Amino acid sequence: MAVGIRTQELRKVYSSAPPMGVGGGFVMRADAKGAKAAPKPQIPALDGLSLDVPAGEIFGLLGPNGAGKSTTVGVLTTRVKATSGQAWIGEHDVWKEQAAVKRLIGVVPQRANLDFSLTAREILAYHGAYFGIGSKIRNERADSLLEKFKLTERGNQMVRGFSGGMMQRLSIARAMMHDPQVLFLDEPSAGLDPQTRILLWEIIREYHAAGKTVLLTTHNMEEADALCQRLAIVDHGHVIAVGTPKDLKASIPGGYVLRLRFGRQTADLLSRLQTLAGVREVRAADDTGVDVYADRGGSLIPEIATLAAGVGAELSDVHISEPGLENLFLHHTGRNLRD
Amino acid sequence: MNWKTFFALLSRDAHVARRNAIQLFLQTFLQPLLFVFIFGKVMVGSGYMPPSYKSLLLPGIISISMTFTGIWAVAMPLIAEFQWTREIEDRLLAPINMEWIAIEKVIAGMLQALVSGLVVIPLAWLVLRPGVDISIHTPWTFAAVIVLVAAFSACGGLALGCSIDQQHIGLMFSLVMTPMIFFGCTYYPWSALDKFPILQKAVLVNPLVYASEGMRGTLAPQFAHLPIAVVLGALIFFDLLLLVVGLRRFEKKAVS
Repeated sequence: MAVGIRTQELRKVYSSAPPMGVGGGFVMRADAKGAKAAPKPQIPALDGLSLDVPAGEIFGLLGPNGAGKSTTVGVLTTRVKATSGQAWIGEHDVWKEQAAVKRLIGVVPQRANLDFSLTAREILAYHGAYFGIGSKIRNERADSLLEKFKLTERGNQMVRGFSGGMMQRLSIARAMMHDPQVLFLDEPSAGLDPQTRILLWEIIREYHAAGKTVLLTTHNMEEADALCQRLAIVDHGHVIAVGTPKDLKASIPGGYVLRLRFGRQTADLLSRLQTLAGVREVRAADDTGVDVYADRGGSLIPEIATLAAGVGAELSDVHISEPGLENLFLHHTGRNLRD
Repeated sequence: MNWKTFFALLSRDAHVARRNAIQLFLQTFLQPLLFVFIFGKVMVGSGYMPPSYKSLLLPGIISISMTFTGIWAVAMPLIAEFQWTREIEDRLLAPINMEWIAIEKVIAGMLQALVSGLVVIPLAWLVLRPGVDISIHTPWTFAAVIVLVAAFSACGGLALGCSIDQQHIGLMFSLVMTPMIFFGCTYYPWSALDKFPILQKAVLVNPLVYASEGMRGTLAPQFAHLPIAVVLGALIFFDLLLLVVGLRRFEKKAVS
């Protein structure tokens, strides 16, 4: 029984500071003492976000900090109440059938939220107990997950002294403890060393091979590209593009993006750039910047430099992006993913 | 209702309480026992207090111990777990409706408060004897009072724990707990306030008054005390009020 994920026109406006790990990118106001006088801050996080993830897919939400990725995961995992709109896990309305939904999902939060009063093994075993797993099975499963995530030696230690990477691994193990149908991973590889990241990718693929649905958020292009069958690019709380990584990359005119800066930028310059061989699209970025979408990169530079000199606009800065999802984000938003 | 999950949550709390048993024991019993020793033994033994004060003091000490334990047992973990580590999140994701997670905390706190009440009686009696005149004449009434007091402390812990930030724990003790204890008719009966009529009326908003008077009425009825019906009614009122407030605060904290 594979289970899909759906959301419809989700909107979320925080009226107080969003919890950590949800509102990373927002400018937050301190909870002022004179709250009565000042109006409550209204922080929009989701603005009509609709998704449809079929059962058994690895789906990625890609976007910069503060785009609404974590809030989307929060709404889908019962932890955030949407201001409007609906979300379903399988046939269950997330807000109205919370207990049923929680039974189907496993969640790896952006920041580890392990139970500091317990040892690593106890965290897994009690998590199993919350899900009604009998003591023999849950202890076996806890041991095998500790083994899988290379935590067996630390199994009987309190987690307070664990490193960030170890906590992250244990969080993932915990989310898998009750063998959920849908696994949510919020920035799963943040803080992991490259070796562990590859281990994590393997585990996610293995999990997916067992027919499970996986939704992960990331701002790591490589991860999105390597892992996800489909992606949604999210910015300012809504989806700007959805598709397979391949299709999305193919949708960028040319593939290469040349971010150029000139001494001054004129309409004449823009129209001349458009005529160069291989140039697909030319966009003014600001007063002096121009983004050129083209199907070649470095080989265009001499021609651009000559052309610019010809109209008296000296080329002062060049940045070439190879074809990739990063350019897709740039194409749709005019911003870099890491801005 | 998912009982398996509920009992798993309870057993997790019991496990953590067992792990911290010695610390909990010292934290809960040291202060009341020292109080009993100084006021009940030293002051009475040296003649500054009449011998009957021993029996008057003990019910108050029991209600302080229970209240302190219940509030501490529920509020402190909640304050810590709702802070930036969000430790409580794994339980909020357990397959059970959210309010039951709060109710589980209340039940766990009540059990700890009951244990502390039932342990402090013999301990204090050992310190105070001879000359302590307390007995349980009406066991059912006593049982009702002690359960309602435990519930008041645990529900109070829920409401406080979901309303206070970590940096304000000190304030919680100096602004809430200390006045509540001193104006809670714990070290003196409510009738002792006859000479201070305004204060006598004002302290009635303090639920600890009914806890202390209820204990006194069921353990040492020889002293003047509030009618048991009033005590039971007020305790039920405060239990429900604090539970409703606590659940609402909990939901606000738990969901963003």
